[in-house]
Amino acid sequence: MAPRKTASTSSRKAAAKPARNDSIGSNSLVFTREEELHAYREMLLIRRFEEKAGQLYGMGVIGGFCHLYIGQEAVVVGMQMAQKDGDQVITSYRDHGHMIALGMSARGVMSELTGRRGGLSKGKGGSMHMFSKEKGFYGGHGIVGGQVSLGTGLAFANKYRGNDQVSVTYFGDGAANQGQVYESFNMAALWKLPVVYIIENNRYAMGTSTARSTAQSNFAKRGEGFGIPGVQVDGMDVRAVKAAADEAIAHCRAGKGPYILEMLTYRYRGHSMSDPAKYRSKDEVQKMRSEHDPLEQVKARLLEQGWASEDDLKQIDKDVRDIVADSAEFAQADPEPDVSELYTDILL
Amino acid sequence: MPVDILMPALSPTMEEGTLSKWIKNEGDTVKSGDVIAEIETDKATMEVEAVDEGVIGKILIPAGSEGVKVNSIIAVLLQDGESADALSAPKAAEKQEAASPKVEEAEKPTAQGSASAPVPAAPKAEVAADPDIPAGTEMVSMTVREALRDAMAEEMRRDGDVFIMGEEVAEYQGAYKITQGLLQEFGDKRVIDTPITEHGFAGIGVGAAMSGLKPIVEFMTFNFAMQAIDHIVNSAAKTLYMSGGQMGAPIVFRGPSGAAARVGAQHSQCYAAWYSQIPGLKVVMPYTAADAKGLLKAAIRDPNPVVFLENEILYGHSFEVPKLDDLVLPIGKARIHRRGKDATLVSFGIGMTYAIKAVAELEKEGIDVELIDLRTIRPMDLPTIIESVKKTGRLVTVEEGFPQSSVGDFIANRVHREAFDYLDAPVVTIAGKDVPMPYAANLEKLALPNVGEVVEAVKAVCYK
Ligand SMILES: Cc1ncc(C[n+]2csc(CCOP(=O)(O)OP(=O)(O)O)c2C)c(N)n1
Ligand SMILES: [Mg+2]
Repeated sequence: MAPRKTASTSSRKAAAKPARNDSIGSNSLVFTREEELHAYREMLLIRRFEEKAGQLYGMGVIGGFCHLYIGQEAVVVGMQMAQKDGDQVITSYRDHGHMIALGMSARGVMSELTGRRGGLSKGKGGSMHMFSKEKGFYGGHGIVGGQVSLGTGLAFANKYRGNDQVSVTYFGDGAANQGQVYESFNMAALWKLPVVYIIENNRYAMGTSTARSTAQSNFAKRGEGFGIPGVQVDGMDVRAVKAAADEAIAHCRAGKGPYILEMLTYRYRGHSMSDPAKYRSKDEVQKMRSEHDPLEQVKARLLEQGWASEDDLKQIDKDVRDIVADSAEFAQADPEPDVSELYTDILL
Repeated sequence: MPVDILMPALSPTMEEGTLSKWIKNEGDTVKSGDVIAEIETDKATMEVEAVDEGVIGKILIPAGSEGVKVNSIIAVLLQDGESADALSAPKAAEKQEAASPKVEEAEKPTAQGSASAPVPAAPKAEVAADPDIPAGTEMVSMTVREALRDAMAEEMRRDGDVFIMGEEVAEYQGAYKITQGLLQEFGDKRVIDTPITEHGFAGIGVGAAMSGLKPIVEFMTFNFAMQAIDHIVNSAAKTLYMSGGQMGAPIVFRGPSGAAARVGAQHSQCYAAWYSQIPGLKVVMPYTAADAKGLLKAAIRDPNPVVFLENEILYGHSFEVPKLDDLVLPIGKARIHRRGKDATLVSFGIGMTYAIKAVAELEKEGIDVELIDLRTIRPMDLPTIIESVKKTGRLVTVEEGFPQSSVGDFIANRVHREAFDYLDAPVVTIAGKDVPMPYAANLEKLALPNVGEVVEAVKAVCYK
């Protein structure tokens, strides 16, 4: 695989590099103590939740496909910190982290993973298909790229209603090659729709690296032809994500149309639980983990600033583990859906 | 000679219109392209342009006339030196009258004709039987996965125009390992990893096929071929017909179809019935490894677009496959999996797993079932089914797809039409339940057909 410029430590320091001339440098990269602690706890919850989901999959309690978000936590957490109530979120099958960040209950997510009646989709959706009207989470989509048009439609509805809500539409580097993405870009730009497109560039689509799948691997530039501003963001640094998100969301809320954020990130685990991930070296993974881990970065800052002690962090870890353990217990004890559910929810 | 200006047809459906306004008057000189009148159709107001040069000699239909028939004469244009006096009004009127009935007459026979003209019968294609396997041929145990891989490798060795493309087919060796080793043997010119862009690469495959190459397009699963179904149906299936036979698309679209295990609503759909509707496609859905191999080889050689539906669960199943240099089986021929006399059971693909278990249970209860593996969904081997039904008088079909307009529904219809007198009981079709595939383990099981249902159905048609 060709080494990626943008992944090098030096360029990762830059919070967000404008692909166009507009700068987002005005945004401070400094988090308050509360923000650092919040980000840490949220990211840790996602990490521990996903580790548990991986274990349960290994035990056969979770079936089908299961795509873990480990390594990418800073992206959803940073974005979430910049959103406000009423904004919508939509993503692919790699969706557990998004739901946890949106405050959907760990029990509800885990029970859906085990296919039980307490799951967010009553056990009928599974790992890839969860939704929450209450939290503005529109799924959970299994067809690569499909959510991009749908997210653009959520933005369309916002504009139609004249509210100031923003659609936060996530998709992967692989999805970014689908035709409907560009059909959506064109209409979003044409109609100035309030949608932030977040390309979670974790460098691989299943076993295919971006170098092997795309002629233009600077995804922030993918909207250029439509006049959509785009920036590359260090997606391993939650502060950089938040800063870029502030800028992009403000742009959308101001009625200026869509915005693209390319999040440079990395997934530590295989594509799904059944992927041996032989297409990349252990070293590559190890290097990301040891040098760019989103959690370790926050942890180091918290300790350095004296904003938290090792004991404080241990306490956070314990709290988080308790939530996750509780969700796992619940999700295994919870009964399967009643058989009558087979024929419900097909039509209204 | 004066030139007649006719009421134009301004849409494919227009039969008459209103001549709302004359822009030019008698005596005006017009040249080609000048607007001479306005007419109103049921859809719009349109301008009528002059085609020829000359002087408007006579206006025959006054402005404001409604119901002016297409092709009737609305004015007469005088050429150089001609005078309006040359036109006798009665003659023009006569001509107009003559024109209108003429149009109607011209229409009438067609209208009558289309009602009564016999539609030619669809030609019956002769399909050869399976080749004889020479006595003493060695049988080797092989998974469906290996059989498919070998079929592609053999055809790629045989014909340099055959290549494969799709997501993860090369370096990853196939998402389900069907293309294992192909990149190593044939190189990256012929084993091509694509981005996740099904609509695009399916179209590229069809284009390459139109120019005479023989692509195998792998869909990671057929659920994702929904992104590409336009090219499968509109481009691949119809080109031969639309080009009057000049060019077609010798292409194979292959990949797993149907439910795997708990992969949810968007990843579990069976497309057998969908593609079976499309003239211009062949649709194959094998069960055994031998059929997978022999039919995939046939599909690659076939000059037509073939949709080749595999099944993720069957990939790992092992079967005996005759060890032959070139095992090619006929597309369009069903295989009698087991002979029997009491009832006919028809299935295909993974449906056969339910059918086979049911047959074994029914045997214990003294019911002797004839089991037919369709293998090809289109063109369908109805004669084999009908012949069997004539013998048994009872028919049950099994498939995993949705129940409405299922493959079984089609079979039931044809059997009712062609062998009604032989039936001793109504045909029963078993399919997946009429619901999106649920994720929960208990619901997924209920959504799929099960062996008990098949056993019960066969007993029911036997009144046992
Ligand atoms: C239309 C479609 N094609 C193929 C697939 C199979 N598939 C599922 S995920 C995936 C890779 C997507 O990669 P990317 O967009 O980078 O997202 P990531 O998994 O890295 O989050 C593929 C090929 C699918 N689900 N949908
Ligand atoms: Mg990716």
